Amino acid sequence: MKAVLVFLEGLRADGHRDRVVPSTGFTATLTTLTAGAMAFLIVFALALSFAASRLSDRWADALQGTATIRISAPADQMNIQVERVLAILSTTQGVDAAKALTVEEQQALLEPWFGPDIPLSNLPIPRLIEITQTDDGFDAQGLRLRLSAEAPGAVLDDHMRWRKPLVQAAQRLTWLGALAILIIAMTSAAMVMLAARAALAANAQVITVLRLIGAKDAYIVAAFVRRFASRAFIGAVIGVVAGAVVVLFLPAETANASILTGLRFQGADWLWLAIVPPALACVAFVATQLAAQRVLGDLS
Amino acid sequence: MIELENVAYSYGGGELLSDMSLSISSGAFYFLTGPSGAGKTTFLKLCYGALVPTAGQIRIFGNDVRSMSRDDVAVMRRRIGVVHQDCQFIDHMSVQDNIALPLAVSGNKTLAEDANIKELLAWVGLTKRAKAFPPELSGGERQRAALARAIIMSPDVILADEPTGNVDWEMSERLLQLLLELNRMGKTVLIASHDLSLIRSAKSQVQARVLRISNRRLQLAGANL
Repeated sequence: MKAVLVFLEGLRADGHRDRVVPSTGFTATLTTLTAGAMAFLIVFALALSFAASRLSDRWADALQGTATIRISAPADQMNIQVERVLAILSTTQGVDAAKALTVEEQQALLEPWFGPDIPLSNLPIPRLIEITQTDDGFDAQGLRLRLSAEAPGAVLDDHMRWRKPLVQAAQRLTWLGALAILIIAMTSAAMVMLAARAALAANAQVITVLRLIGAKDAYIVAAFVRRFASRAFIGAVIGVVAGAVVVLFLPAETANASILTGLRFQGADWLWLAIVPPALACVAFVATQLAAQRVLGDLS
Repeated sequence: MIELENVAYSYGGGELLSDMSLSISSGAFYFLTGPSGAGKTTFLKLCYGALVPTAGQIRIFGNDVRSMSRDDVAVMRRRIGVVHQDCQFIDHMSVQDNIALPLAVSGNKTLAEDANIKELLAWVGLTKRAKAFPPELSGGERQRAALARAIIMSPDVILADEPTGNVDWEMSERLLQLLLELNRMGKTVLIASHDLSLIRSAKSQVQARVLRISNRRLQLAGANL
């Protein structure tokens, strides 16, 4: 109960009390700078988290439920094998639709690598068949066996092989971002606490005087806590603004690079930045409160 | 107001003070004397709750010191004005703000602050120094500022620890006059001092009781000093 009262007292503005602790000093600047640097780093950790989260969603969505069959065969056999594979697929359970890509479609896929003028029809390019699975999916192992017996040039690629590690990696990246934010917050708390302890030691005389003339602990603690919380807040605002400006200059997402994603915040993600300064101020508030109460406990 | 019952205090080694009993009565004027290191400051600290006795009981305004919480001690100190030999201030605030600090700290806005402070500053002769900062004050000015700060809450008791230790005789006399005046207004005053001429000067003007610490014990000194 008492701790709550002390806490609430710390929130109350009091012109006289706020002047009791000197407003300038080395620790003051340090606290602001630290909060600024930490807020700056948090902006990037957030950007990383959001980008990784978008990436993993996108990869999971894009590759979900599709598979490809690649057919490499001599030119004269190609069409026969394509027909045969399509026939097999039409009788395979779990295959919703199967469609052989046309030469034009394949050309469009290869264009980014070879340029538009390549005479594709002259090259021994494998044909691709795109499979859309039903929700239950098909038995990949069984299909592979059938294909190897009936269409030896066909290779099934169900995307699973490379999809899973990619999605997993992107998800891990999201968690890594969150972990980074947590570590940054804890480091901020430790730094503010050190700065607060230094300030309390430097202002030992102020504390002695206040105690002598009958100031309650809540009053003394509040005098320091408000100072540090407001410094952390100001520093964090500066850091977030600086971080946001830098993020704005990062390459944005373009229509072409559909598999990659921009590091920029998108839409509502920007709102998260507004939470950073109050959150850091709260961290500073609690850290200073803890430091001040420890120092006061030693004073009679 | 402040009662001591078989009080002893030790700093860890042997006892510095032992078996002291005393009842400080309302409106009285006390001197506390004794050689340096005899425990005068320790005695005063016991009287305002900065130290807790290692044996015996101290009751301040009827409350046992041992049973007081930190906030109880803080509130109790608003009724006891303390003046130290090396009085400390908040150096970045003006003299006037320092003197008003106890009012701000206690959240007491009902007092007619401004008028009160001006009157008080005039009384201790610091009107012209109101806007100065404590480090700019002379020894005598610091003592008077500390006295003003000690009495702004209109305390019942004033404890002064060697208030004349750092000032010349003329200033000592002036401080003594202020303390005598407070006593005439009904305040209890206790001055720790080894300045015998100050005590003699006071005794000619007030019925002062002289306490002496010797051999770790508190004695009521005879009339002949």
